Amino acid sequence: MTPSPTLILYGVQLRSRLMLGTSQYPSPVVLAEAARASGAEILTVSLRRESARLKEGQDFWKLIRDIGARVLPNTAGCYSVKEAVTTAQMAREVFGTPWVKLEVIGEADTLQPDVFGLVEAARILSADGFEVFPYTTDDLVVADRLVEAGCKVLMPWGSPIGSGKGLNNVFGLRALRAHFPDIPLVVDAGLGLPSQAAAAMELGYDGVLLNTAVAKAGDPVAMARAFGQAIEAGRAAFLAGPMEPRDMAAPSTPVVGKAVLT
Amino acid sequence: MRIIVNGESRDIEAATLAAALAALDYGEAKVATALNGEFVAKRARDATPVKEGDRIEILAPRQGG
Repeated sequence: MTPSPTLILYGVQLRSRLMLGTSQYPSPVVLAEAARASGAEILTVSLRRESARLKEGQDFWKLIRDIGARVLPNTAGCYSVKEAVTTAQMAREVFGTPWVKLEVIGEADTLQPDVFGLVEAARILSADGFEVFPYTTDDLVVADRLVEAGCKVLMPWGSPIGSGKGLNNVFGLRALRAHFPDIPLVVDAGLGLPSQAAAAMELGYDGVLLNTAVAKAGDPVAMARAFGQAIEAGRAAFLAGPMEPRDMAAPSTPVVGKAVLT
Repeated sequence: MRIIVNGESRDIEAATLAAALAALDYGEAKVATALNGEFVAKRARDATPVKEGDRIEILAPRQGG
């Protein structure tokens, strides 16, 4: 892989490698402050039913525009290809972007992607001009199928959404990185701590997408900043070329020249 | 005419989807629409008829992960 100082996703150049979700914050003000503190240039958003009386979505949209970040609409909660495709079509019109974070959920307890539906939906949407960011597992063959379907970014999970468990299968994530040296890879979901985000970046991942770890922190703004710093540190470490681990100790202080004092 | 709007039964008079949105008081709100599970683009709402029993989904930006 050729290391790049900036991240390029579907032709868009980004300085920040953090993509931040906008859900579950204690208040809209905290969301806005956390988003700014994180340095994220991409915020994920969704579409939900709008009440003509409350018009909550209108206020939310104004808040997001004021923050000024690019949006990545998701198809969260969709369990079928049809639902996901229709939701993506609706999102494209409302948000005015061809980007879609494609989720086709297969199982409610783990929110594990239905990878068969995901590939099918990715093919339909890519053919229709969408730029698809698929929320997938760390399965290498599924990733291959997603690329064949037209995806130019892959977003494997770290662990189940909202679990905070971190990188559940480092081996699998490492294999994906090795197999797709030139496709942007973003760990999406399951991160709970900045150290886990740094670990993803140290594996050579191009970015990290998270939400709950910031939104549910005691101080979301401080945690957003911490994640931003960890991601930068992890990226810098990857570019610096980490040492090879070994099983036995190796003295760091020179052995030669040690006094004999017995 | 009774239609289902965002899962709730509503009684309105409207010949088209655009007229239904106006009758439901959405005004100029930024929304996306689907009729009986199919996306209907904003520009097509004027020409999209609505009939008794139709299901309309009216969605807007919201928080997401």
